[in-house]
Amino acid sequence: MIEVESLTKRYGRATAVDSVSFRVERGEVLGFLGPNGAGKTTTMRILTCYLPPTEGTARVAGFDVFAQPLEVKKRVGYLPETPPLYPDMEVRDYLDFCARIKGVALAERKQKVGEAVEKCRVGEVQKTLIGKLSKGYRQRVGLAQAILHNPDVLILDEPTAGLDPKQIIETRDLIRSLAGSHTVVLSTHILPEVSMTCGRVLIINRGRVVAEDTPENLTRRLKGAGVLRLEARGEEAALLAAVKAVPGVLAVHERGKHDGSVLLEVEPAQGQDVRAELARAVVGKGFSLLGLQQMGMSLEEIFLQLTTTDTAEAAPPAAAAPGGAQ
Amino acid sequence: MTPLRNVAAIVGKEWRHYFGSPIAWVGLFVWTLLFGIFFYFAFTFFLEQSMRIAQQGMEMGGGGMRISINEYLIRPLFHNMAVVALFIAPMLTMRLFAEEKRQGTIELLATSPITDLQVVIGKFLAAAFLYALMILAGLVNVALIWTYATSAPEWKPVLTGALGLLLLGCCFLAMGTFVSTLTRNQIVAGILAFCLFLGMWTLGWAEDPMGGAFSQAIAYLGVTTHLEDMVKGVVDIKDLVFYLSVIGFGLFLALESVESQRWRA
Repeated sequence: MIEVESLTKRYGRATAVDSVSFRVERGEVLGFLGPNGAGKTTTMRILTCYLPPTEGTARVAGFDVFAQPLEVKKRVGYLPETPPLYPDMEVRDYLDFCARIKGVALAERKQKVGEAVEKCRVGEVQKTLIGKLSKGYRQRVGLAQAILHNPDVLILDEPTAGLDPKQIIETRDLIRSLAGSHTVVLSTHILPEVSMTCGRVLIINRGRVVAEDTPENLTRRLKGAGVLRLEARGEEAALLAAVKAVPGVLAVHERGKHDGSVLLEVEPAQGQDVRAELARAVVGKGFSLLGLQQMGMSLEEIFLQLTTTDTAEAAPPAAAAPGGAQ
Repeated sequence: MTPLRNVAAIVGKEWRHYFGSPIAWVGLFVWTLLFGIFFYFAFTFFLEQSMRIAQQGMEMGGGGMRISINEYLIRPLFHNMAVVALFIAPMLTMRLFAEEKRQGTIELLATSPITDLQVVIGKFLAAAFLYALMILAGLVNVALIWTYATSAPEWKPVLTGALGLLLLGCCFLAMGTFVSTLTRNQIVAGILAFCLFLGMWTLGWAEDPMGGAFSQAIAYLGVTTHLEDMVKGVVDIKDLVFYLSVIGFGLFLALESVESQRWRA
């Protein structure tokens, strides 16, 4: 549905997007993740034909954004970072206007506007001036505008920014319900949002793609061999020795003790699940096993690891994210 | 079909903005008020003059001559209203693009399947229609002459005068539309537009029968130069061409400006 090849955008000397390539299949939800100023918005603006790319190509629904912008625009619904609303218009009038310029035929305009109003739950404010709406409602009206003409592709720039928790959940549900029939690209710098809504994540930093994968894979890949946290009661040195003796364990670090129990971090060899042997060994040697837990790196940690300047810049992207970058 | 529909959508939206805010109402109010005042003064002057001439005619024993309603009423009235247009036009155009840029709604227009040309024309037409409505409202004053005059005056010079006023105003509106694309601050757009209009106006002052080709060329570019014939009831093709060219040029500049800003952004 979306094919982007070595897309580059320069503003004067500054490079906002640096040869980014990715594909999004029909019905997929792709998340753009990155710190502020990473180039998420610029990429989205290119995809929506708002900005022309400096180099590279982008095709949406089979049409080039540069050569056939009108065809692309017909098939894309876009919610910019600040919803493009006219404060002096009523919600219904505004949506009606949007339907008109988006080429919705007169016969089905009323129905399409009604559907968007219903999906985005703005029914109760239809006759309210947009200028008087709360931030949450504005965001929803903006979303209604984007889905109004039932576009193939939805591009949402931080769709949940500024919403309260309940609204965030509702918006996520809405986005999830739109997936499948629509192809969705959304950007965010809130990590849980990505794992909750997106099938695939593209982490962007300083205009470059530093990682691309499913949220689960990213987490798995980056937590390395999967550090285990083990808590047991017993004599410390003996416990350490027992744990070290388990085949497949590379290293053991003590992480503290309290109330007679010892907390250890066990680093197994790549790709090995040593939990069963570990438990058997600890219990077999007469220690009381209090806890054994696999520690995944949260998306936050991955994100920080990938986007912290030193690691991401000094090492080539591939090193920061094994196999993740292109 | 689609281009027309898109332009109509923009015109409709702009009218909503005009009439949803005080702009249209204040504009209409000030315009019709001034129109009425100028009409009143021009009309009383016209009556005094014709009375005086009639008296002179009686004293001399002849039938007396009739003075031209065009010369004494239509011409000063429309000239005065042209000055008012100079002040009102920036009010109508200053927010056209500046406001869209400030609110970020330009992004909505730019990412909808509607061309920049359709947006520019739609916005210009919205302003032009409102301005035409103002002129029509003002002409109600003139219509009163038909109700009360014993012999109907000629209506053609009124019409050509109104046409001239409309075209002159549309030149301002087209240029103002362009100026509005240059900034996101509507006050700045308004002031710049006013200065530009004033410049377009003063070019006409270069008119000097003894002047050379240069001053004549300058004067030709003045917007008021071409109003002269129209308020006298003469529609000259060269005046029409001039006004339509200026309007076209203004819209062309606006379009180029809107398009190029996205390239540079």
